[in-house]
Formats: sequence, structure tokens, C-alpha cells
Amino acid sequence: MENGFCSPRNDTFPAGLRVLVVDDDPTWLKILEKMLKKCSYEVTTCGLARDALSLLRERKDGYDIVISDVNMPDMDGFKLLEHVGLEMDLPVIMMSVDGETSRVMKGVQHGACDYLLKPIRMKELRNIWQHVFRKRIHEIRDIENHESLEAIYMIRNGSDHSDDGHLLSMEDLTSVKKRKDIENKHDDKDLSDASSMKKARVVWSVDLHQKFVKAVNQIGFDKVGPKKILDLMNVPWLTRENVASHLQKYRLYLSRLQKERENDLKCSFGGMKHSDVSPKDPSGSFGLQNSANTQQNDVVNGSYRFSVNNLLVQNVDPNNKHEDESIVSEPTAEPERASNTSHLPDPHKTKNSQMVFNHSFDSLESEVNLTAFDSTIPTNYSWSEVPEMEFNQEHKPLTSVENGFSNLPLLDPPHHIHVDQLQSVSSTSSKPSSVDRGITGPVNIKPHKGEYGSSQVNCVTSTVSTTNSFQTKTIMVNDQALEPIYTSTCTMRTQGFNQSRITDLESTQRNQTLGNGSPFVSFDDELRVLFQGDCYGVDLGLHNVDFPEYNAPGHIDEVPFHLYDSLRPSYEYLCETAEFYNRSTTIHSMN
Amino acid sequence: MDRNNLQRQVAQIRRSLIEQEFLDEQQFVQLEDLQDDANPNFVEEIVTLFYTDSTRLFHNIEEALTTRPIDFTKLESYMHQFRGSTSSIGAIKVKRECTQFKEFCLAENIDGCIRAFQKVRQEHETLRIQLETYFQLRRQAGLART
Repeated sequence: MENGFCSPRNDTFPAGLRVLVVDDDPTWLKILEKMLKKCSYEVTTCGLARDALSLLRERKDGYDIVISDVNMPDMDGFKLLEHVGLEMDLPVIMMSVDGETSRVMKGVQHGACDYLLKPIRMKELRNIWQHVFRKRIHEIRDIENHESLEAIYMIRNGSDHSDDGHLLSMEDLTSVKKRKDIENKHDDKDLSDASSMKKARVVWSVDLHQKFVKAVNQIGFDKVGPKKILDLMNVPWLTRENVASHLQKYRLYLSRLQKERENDLKCSFGGMKHSDVSPKDPSGSFGLQNSANTQQNDVVNGSYRFSVNNLLVQNVDPNNKHEDESIVSEPTAEPERASNTSHLPDPHKTKNSQMVFNHSFDSLESEVNLTAFDSTIPTNYSWSEVPEMEFNQEHKPLTSVENGFSNLPLLDPPHHIHVDQLQSVSSTSSKPSSVDRGITGPVNIKPHKGEYGSSQVNCVTSTVSTTNSFQTKTIMVNDQALEPIYTSTCTMRTQGFNQSRITDLESTQRNQTLGNGSPFVSFDDELRVLFQGDCYGVDLGLHNVDFPEYNAPGHIDEVPFHLYDSLRPSYEYLCETAEFYNRSTTIHSMN
Repeated sequence: MDRNNLQRQVAQIRRSLIEQEFLDEQQFVQLEDLQDDANPNFVEEIVTLFYTDSTRLFHNIEEALTTRPIDFTKLESYMHQFRGSTSSIGAIKVKRECTQFKEFCLAENIDGCIRAFQKVRQEHETLRIQLETYFQLRRQAGLART
């Protein structure tokens, strides 16, 4: 990772940490100032929340961490917390004399990385630097992953999109991996010195974004890459990373737009109804776990897998509608977080991109692809009005991402349905964009009635991102939907699917209404219906991927594509597939 | 000799303030630890600041108490602010009375609130006198640096 922003203070980290303290109580303000100075931090104090915000906006990169009181006269501390998280993406610590659990919980939900009780002790303040450090490390990882994905996308774009659908050859991926490894080595060194690493926080103003869009259009959306955009934009202080992450968000946004336009497809399954999910969990560690820690997790995982299965289960049956495709979605990051991209539309909309899945899933490449593209590639949930899906409350407790699914902070409405990454993997057509914290690539399967050839499954994936920040390139793929991007080793042994099942699912789905809701979609019912038959799915091998938790509030993190590390040989993969299959049936019964 | 005597007295007052639970030792000690060359009289500065700010907060509470219809939520919020302030110097007894006040607030007992607020003010004032004596003596004992 580039270390272009080292500043002198970084050498003695955490000394010199730039802290902004916000508290309406002058006595505490003075005490905290003194205490922080004693920790060798650089302190700025503020008696009003709005002053604090303007200070932060003025000096976009001027602070490392914010400490704020909860009760303030001019603005609720939680609100300030949200703003800071969205606009500046800084770690925020809350303080209060009230230590009631509900309050603390609220703080964490709004994205606080810590909650201190007054009277505050010196030792508590001495440790606040860890929040800054942790965030930086996550950012490095994100960028690494992002760059790898970028590379993959590039390669993919470069290759012919044959109906054959081999997106990435093994060699390609290996080379990408190599590149990543090299970067990793380089970054490892940096990591140990992460304190000196500082990532500039870019606020994408309207002007800046306009420049960006202009550059993108000039280059041609299909051919864009961060480097090209950066060069065209000619903004000296902007880095490639900044552009890269913004590009991802932009893509998500566009795909969502596109889906909206195309979203006249009513899947035969009707809509999905999900109750509101828990409030947002800005701490961001939210994700689907491979090892179902909770019931809900299991369900989600199950559905997750199922969706993959579904995707893979492309029925050769020409009549096969898209019922195979299940929708697994995860709540996406809070929409508010998308403050960066003001142009983003209503996050509720799910953009579906269509993906065609090839039958020829026997290549290793596909397998590789799958794992590689764990980014959520949403498949169009065509049967249901995917975009706005409410999630069941039960799915709330997903807190840690272990599958490499981006953590989805729970959001207040609107929630997006994220297809878990498994599905997103399938939609290779889209660049595995980093996913919002909460987006794991909703997989929407669009039943192209009758469109399915005997050997094709059209998957429309959409990434539902609550915050406009992320776009999966899959969306762009709409037009290219037919590219057989997704070649997986899914064994098409899906004889299980028959019309009746589909009908069941349809009716189930129809009964469900989509709405802006909580992030979690309860796919229990659908899954049950869907997977009553033999469902063979591909185990994307995401089980063993560890994903870091995202603590940054409101920060739309990119999916940690650690999956790359977990690419396995096909042998293993196939074994897992079988295992997966076995497991999936169990999961079915879970519901 | 005199100075030593004075210093001893200062220490005694400090001890009694803590023992009688006027002040929380941990917080007080922490404040004392913050004293350094740049702020040799830091504790006194903080206490002064606290009492100055108290005036403002008390005014708010009084106003809320006399307004009709009484807004208990607001009242509670003001008291909450004040309570937060008391934690800065570790004023235990004062804080206790604040808690009482909150109870009456929740019970929407106006009379109870008024009485509780009186108690808060009493403790607040008592502490102030004690601390004033303390700081004065401290200066006399040469412990305060100018």
C-alpha cells in the first residue's frame, strides 16, 4: 500500500494522535484535554457538535479519532457519530455518565468503536489509539483485496467473453494471486509499521465526482480502470486507491440504476416478505458465517449456499425457470453511509444483472472463478421484487463475517438484500466489486421464462447496496449478461428441481412482500421450498475464509477478498461440493 | 514550621473530604495527577470551572421547575447534564442527591423534585466551602504555585 501520506507524527505513533473532543460540559472538556495531552496526543476541543462537524469538514484529514459525549444540546451525540462515520469515516468514541446497556448498545449500533463511562480514567484514554490502528489495518486489507479484484476484473475484461464462459484461466488467477502476494509481502512490512501508514480520507464532493464521471464516460465504462480515471481526472492529490474504491461504489450505483430500469421482471415467485431487521449494526461485523453460529446464521448460510446451489444447479431443463436460483441476501450497509455519493439513487433498489451460467461447469477455472469472485454478485431475484427486501429479525445476529462476506451493518430501512458472496461469485460477469459492508452481492435470480436454454441459466445478480457506494460490476454486465462468466464446477446434477418446486417457491415468494426493511432476508421459506429436491451446489469453498470484522461505522468497506487465499485445488473443491450437498439438505430441514 | 503545619492541615482537609465522601478519591487523585508545570493548580481550576458552570445549569433547572406545565423530560435532561458535571470532580454527595432528584422526576413528583433540588444545592454549596478552604490553605502552605 502506498504510504504517501506519512506525516512526522506517525513515527512515534501513538504519540501525536490527533484527537477531536466534543463535549458540552466545559469542565470535562478541560479535563479531557489535559488527560489527552498527558498521553502525548494532539488535542482539539469543541463545545458544540456542529462546530466539531465543521472542523472535521474543514480539515478533512486533520484528525485521527473523535471522542464525543452522548448528550449534547445542539445535536444528539449519536447523530454526530453517524455523520462522522459517513463523511469522514473516522473512529468515534462515545462518552456518557449514563452507562445503561441500552445506551451503550445504541452507541455501538450507530457505529461507535467504543463507549466510555464518565468519570473517564487515564488508562482508558491511553488506549484509544488502538481504534485508529485497527481501522488502518482494515483499510490496508481492503485496498489489497480491492486491487486484486481490480486486477482480476481487468483480466476478465480483457479476455473474450465467449459463451464458454471461462472468465479467468487458472494462470490468470495465479498471476493475480502472485501479484497480490507480492503486494502482501510489501504490505506486511508496512503493516508492522501501520502506524505510519495513513490513508487519506477523500470526501467526494460534487465537483470531484463530476470529474470522475466525466473521466469514466470518456474512457468508456467497459474499459475503465482506476489508473485511467485517475489520469484523466488530473486531481493531483487523489490516489489510485481513492479512485478505485469510488469506482466500485459507482459501479454498484449504476448497476442498481440499471436494475431499476430493467426491473420489470416479476419473478414468478412473487415478492419476498421480510420483517424488519434489527437496527443497523454499524460496527459492521455482520456477515454470513460459514459455521452457523446462530440459527439465523445457519439459515442465512443455508440460504446462502442454496443460492449458490441454485445458481449452479442450472437445469438443463429448458423449462426450468429461475427457480433454481435462490436469493440470498444480506443486509447491506446503511444507506446513509452513501453520503459520499450523492448521486446515488434510492438504495432500496436492487440492481440486477443478468448472468448466464454455463453448463460447462467442469473447468477448474470456473471453480476458481467462483471462489475468486466471492464478491457479492447479486443474482437477480427476479421472482420477487428483490430490491427492497426486508429481512427477518432473526437474521440479525450475524455478526462476524467468516465466509468472507462483507459485513453488513444492520441498517434501518432501507435495507438491501445482499446476495451472499457465493452467489456473487457465480456472477462473474460482474466484477467482484468490493461489497458494502452489508452487501454480499445479493443474488437475484431472474427467471427468464423460457429464455433458458438447456444449458444456460440466467442469473441476474444484483447487488443491493443500501448505500450507493458500491456497485458490482455485475450490473454492468446486464448487457453482457449472456457472457458465460460463470463457469463453475457446479455439477449439474440438479434433477431435483422440477416445476412443482418452482411453483411452490413462486407462491411462497408471492406471498412475501418486499419492502424497505431490515437487512436480513429470511429465506427460510424459499429455501425450504427451493431445496426440497436434490440440490447440488457448489461449495465455493468459502467456509474457511476468515473475514475481518468491520468496525468502522458507516463505512462501506470493501469485501475482504480473502477468498483468494482460499483458492483450492479442484479436488478439494469437488469434495467440498459433495460435503456441501450433504449439508445443504440438513440445512433445509433446519427451517 | 508554620508552613509544615499548614501543609499538614491541607493534607488533613483533603483526607477528610475523601473520607466523608464529599469527594471521590480516585477522581480527585486523577485530577491531582494532571497537575504539572503547565497547570500547577489544575485541580483548583477545574473546581472553579465546575462551580461556574453549575450556576448555568442550576438556572436551567430552576426555570424548568417553575414553568407550568412542568416538563419532566427536560428537567431530567438538565439534571443529567449537571450530574455529568459532578462526576468531573467526583462530588459524591452532590451526585447522590442528583440521583434522588431523578427518581422524583421519573415519578413526576413536582414537590419531590423541588425538595430534592434543594438538597442538591445544599450539598453543592457545602462542598464549595470546603474546597475553598482547602485551596486557600494550600496556597498559604506554599503548595500552590503561581
